[in-house]
Amino acid sequence: MYQYDKYDQQMVDTRVAEFRDQVERRLAGNLTEDQFKPLRLMNGLYLQLHAYMLRVAIPYGTLNGKQMRMLGHIARKYDRDYGHFTTRQNIQYNWIKLEDAPDILADLASVEMHAIQTSGNCIRNISSDQYAGAAADEIADPRPWAEILRQWSSFHPEFSYLPRKFKIAVIASDEDRAAMRLHDIGIQLVHKDGELGAKFFVGGGMGRTPMIAPEIRDFVPADELISYAEACLRVYNRYGRRDNKYKARIKILVHELGKEEYTRQVEEEFAHMKTLGLNPPVEELARISEYFADPAFDTNASDDLDLSDPDFNLWVDQNTEEHKQAGYAIAVISLKPTSGIPGDASSAQIDLMADLAEQYSFDELRVTHSQNIVLPHVKKSDLYALWQKLDEAGLAPANLDLITDSIACPGLDYCSLANARSIPLAQKISERFADLGRQRELGELKLKISGCINACGHHHAGHIGILGVDRKGTENYQLLLGGSAAEDTSLAKITGPGFDEDGVIDAIETVTDLYLKERQEDERFIDTYRRVGMAAFKEAIYG
Amino acid sequence: MKIITGNDLKTGDVTWWTGSDWSRHVEDAVDVGENFEAVMQEEEATRRVNVPYAIEAEMTDDGPRPAHIKDRVRALGPTVRPDLTLKPADPDAGNWVI
Amino acid sequence: MVEAIRFRDDDTHEEPAVSIEAFLDQSNATAVRIEAGEDARLLLPLLDRLALVEIDFPAFGDGRGYSAAQILREAGYNGELRASGDVLVDQIAYMRRCGFDAFAPDAPIDAKVMDEALGRYDEVYQATTDDRAPIWKLRHG
Repeated sequence: MYQYDKYDQQMVDTRVAEFRDQVERRLAGNLTEDQFKPLRLMNGLYLQLHAYMLRVAIPYGTLNGKQMRMLGHIARKYDRDYGHFTTRQNIQYNWIKLEDAPDILADLASVEMHAIQTSGNCIRNISSDQYAGAAADEIADPRPWAEILRQWSSFHPEFSYLPRKFKIAVIASDEDRAAMRLHDIGIQLVHKDGELGAKFFVGGGMGRTPMIAPEIRDFVPADELISYAEACLRVYNRYGRRDNKYKARIKILVHELGKEEYTRQVEEEFAHMKTLGLNPPVEELARISEYFADPAFDTNASDDLDLSDPDFNLWVDQNTEEHKQAGYAIAVISLKPTSGIPGDASSAQIDLMADLAEQYSFDELRVTHSQNIVLPHVKKSDLYALWQKLDEAGLAPANLDLITDSIACPGLDYCSLANARSIPLAQKISERFADLGRQRELGELKLKISGCINACGHHHAGHIGILGVDRKGTENYQLLLGGSAAEDTSLAKITGPGFDEDGVIDAIETVTDLYLKERQEDERFIDTYRRVGMAAFKEAIYG
Repeated sequence: MKIITGNDLKTGDVTWWTGSDWSRHVEDAVDVGENFEAVMQEEEATRRVNVPYAIEAEMTDDGPRPAHIKDRVRALGPTVRPDLTLKPADPDAGNWVI
Repeated sequence: MVEAIRFRDDDTHEEPAVSIEAFLDQSNATAVRIEAGEDARLLLPLLDRLALVEIDFPAFGDGRGYSAAQILREAGYNGELRASGDVLVDQIAYMRRCGFDAFAPDAPIDAKVMDEALGRYDEVYQATTDDRAPIWKLRHG
């Protein structure tokens, strides 16, 4: 994986010093909260319900054991012994003191990490496929491209006060594991005439007005990537709406201008940008790519697995994925135990995952947008030993992509924007559907819960989505069906009137029962829903 | 009744205006009537509190209870982690929150 | 604390700035003021007539002026480029990178804090109109 050179290190070290100075000025009263807020947000520091919250960037979700261990250290030393892995492939801490924040950033910088631009109206942490570099179906590793974009977007002087936040994802396979088309810019690496380049999708997003990004260019060569991204951003910075923050995302601009007009303006700007020398040379992509070269796989590793332990067998079947290298597997650690808090991990669990990465996965981990952790390169002959250690630590739920592998935002338990709690719902659903046989009978079922319309829990993209709302001071939950964040991207629709907490769980059971009744052959829930349509589900729920 | 809440500037802790100082316990909050703008301005200017705001609350036998669910959650702590609330030893402490 | 900041050697331009509309209408104005949201490109055919362009920031979070400045510098404008309005000390380094060389902030700025901020980052990741060599160029010569 990528390693900082002296320049990268100097940038993060300088950022620590800068933020230390800004915090001192705030504490001394030389900055008002209004003035300080954008500065702290650009270092990932929010003021939430109970305390400050710090969001640490995990660029494209990739980190090594040492970095992971530092995340555990921060949880222990500065927080309350746990962290929360998020749908942006980041980690956030809920109980941070402002006066500690500069020291935390310094600790992060010591392992080549930071919290730069994890909030604010700027270009956020670049996300990517959590199986990058390991997936059997990718045409290239998307992370060097994501790293080029990370450096370009860090401290970007023109694009740090955008109309609204800006999220970019890069993938390199036809299967989309990163919700690419629900980003402000989604990039898919593609080949054209033997050359690797980027297909651009612009104007997707969730939030209160969900949209699927349309394709605006089928190919941008590697040596024009930054010019093209600059063009996309400049048109947005100039013309994105600033009169209404709910209409300020680029999706609204693309929608209001129309894809053709937005594309025309970008192309015009791109023609100009190309003359300015903004692009790193291809040698820079080559330099970065070397860091992402394959680890030293054992090419004689065997594909044989002893599956005689039935629990191990279930875990292998559900939580491992095909690796590009014979004899290896991608192993997914589910952070969704029954009654657990989706995405939360204790410092001890974080440390253990760091150890296991070093021991079994060439010192690499990934964070997924569905709030799980990946060990990307595990030799199949090591899987049993790995599973036993995970199981001992409560890290081996065999529920990847099943109904209890839900995404949930922090909700009203932690978040100052939330209208309703999300976590208790995820917990109750995991209890109602705790029987693994029943979950497996239901098959792939993406359940996503948001505690407000901002959709951090991706409810629009859930096969089943839940949106918490405030109805006259009490929590109320709307049920949505038919969303997908994968390559078959679709937006879920609301079934009808909302429910209380138990009511919405009953409704989910009604919906899954209907699916089991209507299912043909090996249809997934989403397939049956698409074939049968909303009406039948509505009828079953509301009568 | 109206009470004032905010967060401690340095630590981020949730705090409540007691009439002369800030307390972590909502039970210590006092009714400020309509006299909250001046208190908030003064306290924010001296940086004893960050982003204060006034809310509706109801006086009960156990002390003031915020009207809105969000401030009730703030008053005690996350409902899903009773061990991290202000009253971790009391299993019934959160009964009034939701 | 300072209210007017200038990084130019020439004399301050005294003529009051007119609106883009007025400038395009009258041939003899040499200073123009761009409001947030106005199209800086309207000035491009007439850049050689201009000695001062003032770009207004109605709120510090309104970043349109950064792009307006870049557009003018990219087109070769080398007169004074002044940021006015809600300009905060922690923004001046980015504004300098976008080509601003004068500042008229609504609230006075602590010169010491500004100097520290301007000197803080030794290197930069992006190529902009300030002609500093980006890190990728330093890496590859």
